Amino acid sequence: MVGVLAVLLGSGCGRRNQASVVIQNKGSDTMVNLAQAWAEAYREVTTDVAIEVSGGGSGVGIAALMRGTIDLANSSRDIKPREVEEVRRHTGCEPEEVIAGYDALAIFVHRDNPLEVITFEQLSAIFREDGPVTRWSQLGVQVPGCRRDQIIRVSRQSSSGTYEFFRERVMQQRDFKLGSLDMNGSKEVVELVGNTPCAIGYSGMGYANGRVKMLRVAARSDGPAVAPTLESTLSQRYPIARSLHLYTLGEPTGALRDYLDWILSEAGQRVVRDCGYVPVRLGGGAP
Amino acid sequence: MTGREGQSEHPNHRAAGGEGVASGREAAGGGAGWKPAPQDSPRGQGEGKRPRRSGWARAGERVIEGVIRTSGVSAVLFVLAIFFFVFREAAPVLFGGEHFKLLPFLFSVEWYPTSASNVRYGTLALTVGTFSVTALAMVLAVPFGLGAAVFVSEFCGPRLKETLKVVIELLAAIPSVVWGFIGLTVMSRLIVHFTGAPVGVNLLNGGIILALMSVPIIVSIGEDALKAVPDSYREAGLALGATRWQLVYRVLLPAARNGLLAAVLLGVGRAVGETMAVLMATGHAVNLPLGVFDSVRTLTANVAAELGEAPAGSDHYRVLFLTGVLLFSLTFVVNLVADLVIRGWRRK
Repeated sequence: MVGVLAVLLGSGCGRRNQASVVIQNKGSDTMVNLAQAWAEAYREVTTDVAIEVSGGGSGVGIAALMRGTIDLANSSRDIKPREVEEVRRHTGCEPEEVIAGYDALAIFVHRDNPLEVITFEQLSAIFREDGPVTRWSQLGVQVPGCRRDQIIRVSRQSSSGTYEFFRERVMQQRDFKLGSLDMNGSKEVVELVGNTPCAIGYSGMGYANGRVKMLRVAARSDGPAVAPTLESTLSQRYPIARSLHLYTLGEPTGALRDYLDWILSEAGQRVVRDCGYVPVRLGGGAP
Repeated sequence: MTGREGQSEHPNHRAAGGEGVASGREAAGGGAGWKPAPQDSPRGQGEGKRPRRSGWARAGERVIEGVIRTSGVSAVLFVLAIFFFVFREAAPVLFGGEHFKLLPFLFSVEWYPTSASNVRYGTLALTVGTFSVTALAMVLAVPFGLGAAVFVSEFCGPRLKETLKVVIELLAAIPSVVWGFIGLTVMSRLIVHFTGAPVGVNLLNGGIILALMSVPIIVSIGEDALKAVPDSYREAGLALGATRWQLVYRVLLPAARNGLLAAVLLGVGRAVGETMAVLMATGHAVNLPLGVFDSVRTLTANVAAELGEAPAGSDHYRVLFLTGVLLFSLTFVVNLVADLVIRGWRRK
């Protein structure tokens, strides 16, 4: 009996892989809606496995994986080499990565804002430390409802994956200008921009609503401006897109393996598209 | 007259001393001074009436005394322990953090804890944020709170008084996240609509929300302080021909001064320590505010937003704890100053 237990506990890298019927899933706030939608849809596939989803941020998910409190970590950024090292040291296992979809980071402004196109250079001038652009008139537009012409920058808290991704891709790792409104969630950014005519912010494409407008983005001033859409993300023409990762400890087995396979199946990828993200492969009936 | 005054001074005194934060040290001192009395009096009286008290009763007395003494001392111990543990988490970065220096920490506005190139930990903007939001909240809350306390205690009829007290207590029971939500949705739209401010989540929004949160505390404790002023004062005032307003202004407010100050200080304490509501209502922007329409970030909100994702043991994590130490020290100084002010008043 003791031997059997020892084999059960000692085998494999994951947490209680054999007996578990609850999969603990945690991580990126960008992906929390998606992960919940997956969990709900999966309940119709099998009732034997329950998936518990929580957010907190990409870093939180990976840290929890390291401590062994969860089975599956969501991350909207690549795992850092330092984190791989720590996972190895803490658990003796390799983190295994699955790419489950893509996220296009849209640039949001209020729907009354006449601006249509923005370049990386302009974005950087607005958001980076010592960037010279602080007023809408400097971009050549006059925003109705924004009497003082001031650009209100809406950003994310400094530990979020979205913040780091924007800093890396758009601002070449230079720091943000102080005084931006740092929201604690992707949805909050879009909500605030929708309520504030003077605002500009970045957030996941899936969070768009009727009160905001997504700008076309050009990576270079002389290059083409691309709207954030499914195709432009998949074809990698849209410049601020990233992959959505799932991490497990070691090669996944049992229920976890089945779940990951289902996520990559057509049914799972349909959920990705329904949440406003871009599936890994465009199955039948893609728009 | 003197005897009456001594008597009547007593409840007022207690009302001021009982209200915790500012005069906690006094309350503990009072407890220690009081200790011999329960030992003496049962013995003195008891030997005549009940010559044979069982050993159990005496042991029970001892135990109860011990429990009470422990509870008294534990208040001090807990405060010291909290300070010790918070400081222990912060200490390594204070004595040799890689990017950490004490002076910029206190006097620089540049808060870049996760910068890729140049990590900077400056908390001046956060400290200023905390103080500006608190000050604005108090400017709004103190007149309303004390006014309401005077009205409830002195001017309104018994039925209205009961209704008002219930409603005010209900107001105090609203969770802070609900206040934050009101700030984020209702208040921010009102502010943008009526003032034309570029953004609705700002210093003014946070101040109003915090004022709404501290008013109930100020009212209920202020009312207790006014109630503790003996009726003989009121009767004397009226007998001398004072109007009701003169009575409040010249007699009651000076007599209840300490209790009212304690009410205000508890309101300040609530405002300084509040986290969730200010996180949602102030806009959470690292910014030295130049006006009430600028967004700010407070020390507490910053810890709440960042501690969850700062890797345990990293410099960022420890600096956040050091922010806690800073907050602790600031509130300590505020309380100490208030305590000294009260003492100065008493001596007069």
